[in-house]
Amino acid sequence: MAPPDHRRPFKRPTISDQQRRRELSLLRQAQNRLDAQQRARCLASTVLSLEAPEPGPGPEPEPVLELELASESEYHVEEEEEGDSRSPSKEFDVRQASKLRGAEARKWFARQLMLPEWMIDVPDRLSQDWYVFARPSGKRCFVVSSNGITVSRLRNGSVLHRFPSALPGGARTRDVSGSAQSYSILDCIFHEIDQMYYVIDMVCWRGYSLYDCTAEFRFFWSNSKLNESGACDPPSQNHRYRFSLVPIYNCDENGLHAAYTGAVTYIKDGLLFYNKQAHYQTGNTPLALVWKDEKCSQYVIDTDSKGNVPRLQQVVLELQEDLKLITSDDPPVVFGCLDNDLVQKD
Amino acid sequence: MAMEITQILLSAQSADARVRTEAETSLRQFQEQNLPVFLLSLSFELSNNEKPTESRRLAGIILKNSLDAKDATRKCILVQQWMGIEVAIKSQIKELLLRTLGSSAQEAWHTSSQVIAKIASIEIPQKQWPELIATLLNNMTQRDQPSSLKQATLETLGYVCEEISDQDLVQDEVNTVLTAVVQGMNLAEHSPEVRLAATRALCNALGFAQSNFENEMERNYIMKVVCETALSKEVEIRKAAFECLVSIASTYYDVLEPYMQTLFELTSNAVKGDVEEVALQAVEFWSSICDEEIELQEFESPESADSGSPHSRFIEKALPALVPMLLETLLKQEEDQDQDDSIWNISMAGGTCLGLVSRTVGDPIVPLVIPFVEDNIRKPDWHSREAATYALGSILDGPTFDKISPLVNAGFDFLLNLMKDENNHVRDTTAWTLSRIFELLHSPANGFSVLSPGNLPRVVKVLLDSLQDVPNVAQKVCGAIYYLAQGFEDAGASASLLSPYLPDILTRLVATADCTGSGDSKLRSSAYETISEVVRCANIAEASQIIAQLLPAIMNKLAQTFELQIVSLDDRVKQSDLQASLCGVLQIIIQKLSNTDETKPIILQYADQIMLLFLRVFACHNSTVHEETMLAIGALAYATGADFLKYMQEFYKYLEMGLQNYEEYQVCAITVGVVGDICRALDDKVLPFCDGIMELLLNDLRSDVLHRSVKPPIFSCFGDIALAIGHRFEKYVCYALPMMQGAAGICAQMEMDDEELLEYGYQLKCSIFEAYSGILQGFKDSKSEVMLPYASHLMQFIELVFKDRQRDESVTKAAVAVTGDLADALGPNIKLLLKDWAFLNDLLGECLQSDDEQLKETATWTQGMIGRIMVS
Repeated sequence: MAPPDHRRPFKRPTISDQQRRRELSLLRQAQNRLDAQQRARCLASTVLSLEAPEPGPGPEPEPVLELELASESEYHVEEEEEGDSRSPSKEFDVRQASKLRGAEARKWFARQLMLPEWMIDVPDRLSQDWYVFARPSGKRCFVVSSNGITVSRLRNGSVLHRFPSALPGGARTRDVSGSAQSYSILDCIFHEIDQMYYVIDMVCWRGYSLYDCTAEFRFFWSNSKLNESGACDPPSQNHRYRFSLVPIYNCDENGLHAAYTGAVTYIKDGLLFYNKQAHYQTGNTPLALVWKDEKCSQYVIDTDSKGNVPRLQQVVLELQEDLKLITSDDPPVVFGCLDNDLVQKD
Repeated sequence: MAMEITQILLSAQSADARVRTEAETSLRQFQEQNLPVFLLSLSFELSNNEKPTESRRLAGIILKNSLDAKDATRKCILVQQWMGIEVAIKSQIKELLLRTLGSSAQEAWHTSSQVIAKIASIEIPQKQWPELIATLLNNMTQRDQPSSLKQATLETLGYVCEEISDQDLVQDEVNTVLTAVVQGMNLAEHSPEVRLAATRALCNALGFAQSNFENEMERNYIMKVVCETALSKEVEIRKAAFECLVSIASTYYDVLEPYMQTLFELTSNAVKGDVEEVALQAVEFWSSICDEEIELQEFESPESADSGSPHSRFIEKALPALVPMLLETLLKQEEDQDQDDSIWNISMAGGTCLGLVSRTVGDPIVPLVIPFVEDNIRKPDWHSREAATYALGSILDGPTFDKISPLVNAGFDFLLNLMKDENNHVRDTTAWTLSRIFELLHSPANGFSVLSPGNLPRVVKVLLDSLQDVPNVAQKVCGAIYYLAQGFEDAGASASLLSPYLPDILTRLVATADCTGSGDSKLRSSAYETISEVVRCANIAEASQIIAQLLPAIMNKLAQTFELQIVSLDDRVKQSDLQASLCGVLQIIIQKLSNTDETKPIILQYADQIMLLFLRVFACHNSTVHEETMLAIGALAYATGADFLKYMQEFYKYLEMGLQNYEEYQVCAITVGVVGDICRALDDKVLPFCDGIMELLLNDLRSDVLHRSVKPPIFSCFGDIALAIGHRFEKYVCYALPMMQGAAGICAQMEMDDEELLEYGYQLKCSIFEAYSGILQGFKDSKSEVMLPYASHLMQFIELVFKDRQRDESVTKAAVAVTGDLADALGPNIKLLLKDWAFLNDLLGECLQSDDEQLKETATWTQGMIGRIMVS
């Protein structure tokens, strides 16, 4: 007698996985499709790949940073060349950057950091619209992880470290969770004493550009993402430097107090104020402000080797191409402008 | 008006092929030229008692086939044809058919009752045959008619109820039908034939009796009659009555409480003493109760606890008596039952039911079964030993690991010894029990397993030795190895436990597949499936070497299939099956090895040879595309990337064939998926093939014949193509986009009450979004204005989808992604458009609050894309 259809398989499970193989294929295809579309989406803002230096004798010993379009094909390039690649743009413009190497890349990176202005008055709605945090003392840098390597670049664009890290795409590991195109860009301060990268902002994460996001969102994002990436773990073979978040406070009385006087694991160098709604903007912006005084920064004023404050403070001025004179403070203060004749005389 | 066709009908059954063919031709011509008169003539033939049985029989068969077909498309055409016939002729036909019910020739009225039901299935939902039920019931009250009319009428009522749905009859009709049917079951008044027909009719009519079962008096009456009928002296009637009880168990579970005592006694007696066909139904009654309770438990949630249907815990209450009853059935095995897959007997049904009982109650079953296992497992009679292992294997699913694992651990060695038992059935069931143990109690990834470094060596040895057992046992052993390997998947460090054995396991499985020769093809395919699973679940770092050795060995076997002597169709089928198994293994190996940078070069090294083999498999089967081969090619394309281009010249024709295979729609669907793989592999180098591919894909979409499940993958595939070839998709836009808009329109109108349709709706929506995403991203760098005219329609569609509160998260993901793509590709051009759509903020807000990280990320990106436009 034949069994009812739905009762049969109990004792006689015939192994036939064809349907499962179909499903496995579908799953793989769906994942690949998603990756391909995500890659296309990432192209929207940035695709960075850090390539090893090209073989052969080159005067440039420094590894070449190359930015390129992932699926760059010839017609792209032609059109780009015709395009208005010289037009100034606040955007993180890959097209422009795509041909940069060596010194050019340095220059380009030097322009990518968001720089605070001095806090000279109290913004409106400070307590509602602003964050505050104690700035770690150290080297401000851009940390880019991509294609199995992590590179940090100082404000002037030169390379500080090349190292493996647990950031997405930051080391050549077996971890295949991130696609090859996955990359991240962090705004950090390298703190010499404990060899720690303190993350003060997140610009791109796993290929997603956060340029267009508010500070509120970027901070939320770094808080939730950085830990789970393993970047905050102690150093290991595939993770040479440890990363750390800085405590960020709402700029109310308590927050201010905490940032100003609270103990932190790093040496403080002033307070940074970020407007919650501000997008990440390259160069100086009034939506990020810095405050220093003797209580929260040891670099507020020069001292001699014995710790005495000299009668006169030295100031180093930098003459820019447009003939502006600026201090080499961080952030700089523009003193004035030389006139052309004076420069010619020299 | 009817034509005399007796002679043609007789000739169509002539032994003389020439006469037969001629008659068949003229029947076909008649049918094509004048269907109404043709059907009328057939009905006339069927109804006429003067005509020979043979011509009436054929007339009935042709009538049935003119109203119904298995193939849904053909059926649809037949229904249309019937509805197109003039009402007067249809009435005449129906009249003749109803008259035939009174015929003394059983075969004639039997056929007629089926034809009437077919017509009813078309006309009753349309309210075009309102008098049918009344006419039939009238037959039941005619005193001077033969009892065969009542029998025929009840049978017709049963068939009609089977064909139509419970919404097609009004309650009055249901009441009268039920009354007539239940009266027909009356012992005192009717012949056994009438009572049998009535009982069977009741079984089909039960689905209509919702409100009658809500009424206690009517319910009591129906239950009383059914229970009495279950004690009839005629076996057939008892069986039919138990079938009614099975149906009642699943349809009216929630009102059964007052009858359970009676029902337990009734079924218990039947299981113990009745003939097997009745006993099987009695066991099935309890299996159905289990099904209901398992379903209630699965959907049980704190909120629905007091509002939903009640869980009456019948199984739990009956447990102390039910379990012994079922255990007893296990001892009634037949010799050779394991060699024949079509056998279903009381011991198998009993074991199946025991398994369901275990899933229903969990832990409490364990103490009730273990004494039986312990008593029987050492007895000299093989029936006892087999029953003991079967009982143990049956209750593994249900109890908690902590409850069941000590018993399994205690008996584990004994079970391994039983793999050497002298009796084939005992070894068969033991191997099956081991496979269930590994399937259910071995999951290191979830922190539990009955296997340990201590017992694993012996387990592997016993299993490998038993692979050489007779085919039915070896096949079960394959199953055990399959689950053993599967358990170690994703098991972290403990996954390495199996690694040292993999070379042996794979070698022995290959040997098992080999030595079955032409003999047991099921064992061979089980062995290959198990090889695939072992490879799939292996720790790649530790197994790469053995898998790399397996690859050429499997390739070699595939090459050998081309040398097989093919004489008969059967040979061809066997060759094809073997190739399917081998391509299945290759697909898994390709996917496994191409997944890591370290092992991918192995695939690349063999890619040319593998592809050559695949092309030769295609060439073996000139009429169809070999499905498993196509699947494996998708994996290969993914592995080789742009290098796949060199195969395209040769492969393209098979791709075309696959895309045109409407009959085997799975093949078509898989080929569509492979087109996507190829697009991603070749990128813009796929361009020369796109005209052909797009034409076929568009034809597939237009086809009424092609199964609907292939259509969503085709839309996704548009996206794949566009992403690969960028702005050169432009020439297809005027064809593809209207199709996408049309499909979006279908989504808007789709009825969402059917779960299957709901699922299809999700797939279709996702696929349309994926198509837009690919096309928009493809156009982003150039000519994005091509997509501008379609933006507004897309936004409407996104809004429509967003407003569906039930939507699946996959749909939400695709919707929010495509919104970003639209903003990304069209930029400030759609600034005004975006401002018009207030729902976007809600959509983004919802996504940003989701727990799904991926969805949040995508929404953030989309927000950024929109933000960029808004500040520009």
